[in-house]
Amino acid sequence: MVVGCEEVWREISNYLDGEVDPALRAAMEEHFHGCKHCTAVLDGMRNVVQLYGDERMGEVPLGFSHRLRRRLEENIVPSRRTFLGWAVAAAATVLVAGCFELARSSVSGHPEPLSEHAKPGNGVPPEMMVLVATDGKTFHVPGCPFIHDKARLQTITAREAMREGYAPCVRCMKKYLHA
Amino acid sequence: MPEEARVLRGPAAQFNEGLLIRRIRDGERDLFYELIRPYERRVFAAALAILRNEADAEDATQEAMLKAFKNIRQFRAESRFSTWLIQITVNEARMRRRKEHANIMEPIIDRQDEEGNYTPRDFADWREIPLETLERKEVRQKLGEALASLGEKYREVFLLRDMQQLSIEETAKVLGISTASVKTRLLRARLMLRDLLAPGLGGNWSSKLSFAKGAKPW
Repeated sequence: MVVGCEEVWREISNYLDGEVDPALRAAMEEHFHGCKHCTAVLDGMRNVVQLYGDERMGEVPLGFSHRLRRRLEENIVPSRRTFLGWAVAAAATVLVAGCFELARSSVSGHPEPLSEHAKPGNGVPPEMMVLVATDGKTFHVPGCPFIHDKARLQTITAREAMREGYAPCVRCMKKYLHA
Repeated sequence: MPEEARVLRGPAAQFNEGLLIRRIRDGERDLFYELIRPYERRVFAAALAILRNEADAEDATQEAMLKAFKNIRQFRAESRFSTWLIQITVNEARMRRRKEHANIMEPIIDRQDEEGNYTPRDFADWREIPLETLERKEVRQKLGEALASLGEKYREVFLLRDMQQLSIEETAKVLGISTASVKTRLLRARLMLRDLLAPGLGGNWSSKLSFAKGAKPW
């Protein structure tokens, strides 16, 4: 099979995409060997496809992503559950929490301490306001210099802290540990 | 280019994308940005290739994304999410072009019969444009200008096939034309761009379409 320049031009894009049958492909390759013009057309076309397919061609204006995100936020109402959805979720939470409390109280009258090395306090005034960190294991008096995670502090009563398994800080609550 | 090379995202990514879409449909609307973030550049490039103006393209991108969100329930998993998103963008950009540029004449090349005469120019000193030169803004700009100078039907096919990496069939579906038309227009677009860029970086960049006319090769 022999092909001329005109047929090569007609099929050159399909050739580049691998969409010509084997016989035509072989004939075109044979043609390219002896035709500088068609080889230059092929190389140029391949170059064009590579250049425009490069991800650097997908440049966006400065601040584009920020503006897009803001537009979406302004127009898309944040996730909201239906009333029924909330009711089901709340009921499930209460049920799970209740079961958990029941199971815990049936095993022991005291909560499991968050730290296995913690000593339970003795005589801590239950209404005393103390500080706990969300991921911490001990509770502190306000101003204690040994609070590690000051960013996520919560103020609760000592009764609540002990019920949650927090233990008295060995430094600021020292007097309640030896009483 | 073989089809395998055009698959940009693996099965794991597609699986995650499917999960994200399901969660958004179930009410977690704030996840939508996470879903579209990987495609924002591609969507903008698509809008820009059609509208040829950055501000219009950015606005069309935002609008297309909002339309995608509103119609997320209509997305069918048998097609790729990226193709669906590009289709919405192409429709949005085409609508704007019709509205805002109704009185502006398209380039002469656009009115030519796609079966018309065309002979690739013979550049004796043809030189490849190295990919590394894309780091230079003026090179990207020149490429953008060359693309913008093509007629709309060639630009759209080239954009979807060679820039968005859609298959021939996907391109035909998005544009609502036959696969044969996609192939014909793609050939023409590639040849025209090659002729526009062939003088290379050291030569004179063509600013006008002045294709050599010759014997009808097909």
